[in-house]
Amino acid sequence: MNQQIRELIHVHKSTITDEWMKEVEKFREDDYLQSISDTVYQNTNREFVDMLFNTVGQEGEDVKETISNYTDRLIQLGWPLNYIIRGMQEFRKVAVESLIRNDDQTRDIEFYQEVEDWVDEVVNILVGHYSGSWENTVFLQKMALKELSAPLIPVFDNISVMPLIGTIDTERAKQIMENLLTGVIEHRSQVVLIDITGVPVVDTMVAHHIIQASEAVRLVGAKCILVGIRPEIAQTIVNLGIDLGKFPTKSSLKKGIESALEMTSHQIVEIEE
Amino acid sequence: MQVQTHVDIHSEWGIVAARQAGRKLAREIGFGSVDQARVTTAISELARNIYLYANKGQIHIEEATSSGKRGIKIIATDEGPGIKDVRRVMEDGYTTSGGLGAGLPGVKRLMDEFKIDSEPDEGTTITTVKWLR
Ligand SMILES: Nc1ncnc2c1ncn2[C@@H]1O[C@H](COP(=O)(O)OP(=O)(O)OP(=O)(O)O)[C@@H](O)[C@H]1O
Ligand SMILES: [Mg+2]
Repeated sequence: MNQQIRELIHVHKSTITDEWMKEVEKFREDDYLQSISDTVYQNTNREFVDMLFNTVGQEGEDVKETISNYTDRLIQLGWPLNYIIRGMQEFRKVAVESLIRNDDQTRDIEFYQEVEDWVDEVVNILVGHYSGSWENTVFLQKMALKELSAPLIPVFDNISVMPLIGTIDTERAKQIMENLLTGVIEHRSQVVLIDITGVPVVDTMVAHHIIQASEAVRLVGAKCILVGIRPEIAQTIVNLGIDLGKFPTKSSLKKGIESALEMTSHQIVEIEE
Repeated sequence: MQVQTHVDIHSEWGIVAARQAGRKLAREIGFGSVDQARVTTAISELARNIYLYANKGQIHIEEATSSGKRGIKIIATDEGPGIKDVRRVMEDGYTTSGGLGAGLPGVKRLMDEFKIDSEPDEGTTITTVKWLR
């Protein structure tokens, strides 16, 4: 922004601030900013507008620094991006109007362009900051989900269980395969039970992945038993024409464990007192 | 009142959304749990085929009525490469992607009515209905 306009904005600082605060108060009603208390809302507005006036006087890296310090806090407190964008739009309007109103020459277009360019720059930095933080959150959640997605749990000597809960997409199917193979070797499993009680839909892709996984498990010297096939899933699998004939299946995890114990020559016996 | 939903398929999330919408409508129409699973699985197959072979497209789900019968109709449309040999893709085990090749013949068996309209390079529309018994 050119020097003269910077100075003009500072000269009109208090009118711009007052008008801006009024406008911002208006749009509070229509979003979920309602739940925020009056004092917090006003304080945040005050900080917002002060931050904007600070950046008017700054250049390059300093602008970025000022903005990111402020947005980091807003993001942490969960203020919507909407608030920032509308705040900036109002600021542009109020600042241009106030400059034009108090000007004796006719420099409308110049004011408009200078302020517009400056607002654009600030908005870019703000939005960049916001979306960077969302991407980060989404990434962390993805990692967390990945860790939850296909655990292999050793339950007895040489017997492990993989309980699957939720939708299986391509990413997760890969994870299942990987965890099965590394887990089987690590725990020296002879039998692995894959429990699909919690899988809502077993379509051809899911079936295909399960068949492939159990083939791979067989190649590393263990056996798979598929458990937890609900009656309606059993029917759809048959309708799809998928042949699970050569695939050991048991209706429940309990039955699966019993037959796994048998296969590893173990037995659970009751002790008489 | 006719109920209708459209779900855009352009990622794996779309497949999940279409399935959920289908299961919800099937339940509202009054299908039992086995038929709900059949309808949901059929949608899953059609939506995944769109995602795999056409990249993007839509799943329309609506209530169907015909001479006193009620049911659910699913229309899967895309503007992808189309299917050259419609008879061939209905054979069990035919696949161009290393899958099981069970999807389309499976959908036909899961549902009551099934029709493919496809032009090479124009796209594919598959319409299928399940009636309430
Ligand atoms: N919407 C579509 N557009 C173009 N080609 C398709 C479409 N849907 C299916 N096809 C073709 O038909 C073939 C058979 O489809 P089908 O769903 O029966 O089996 P698949 O997808 O190969 O394997 P899966 O058993 O996992 O479904 C596909 O391999 C593909 O070549
Ligand atoms: Mg398919």
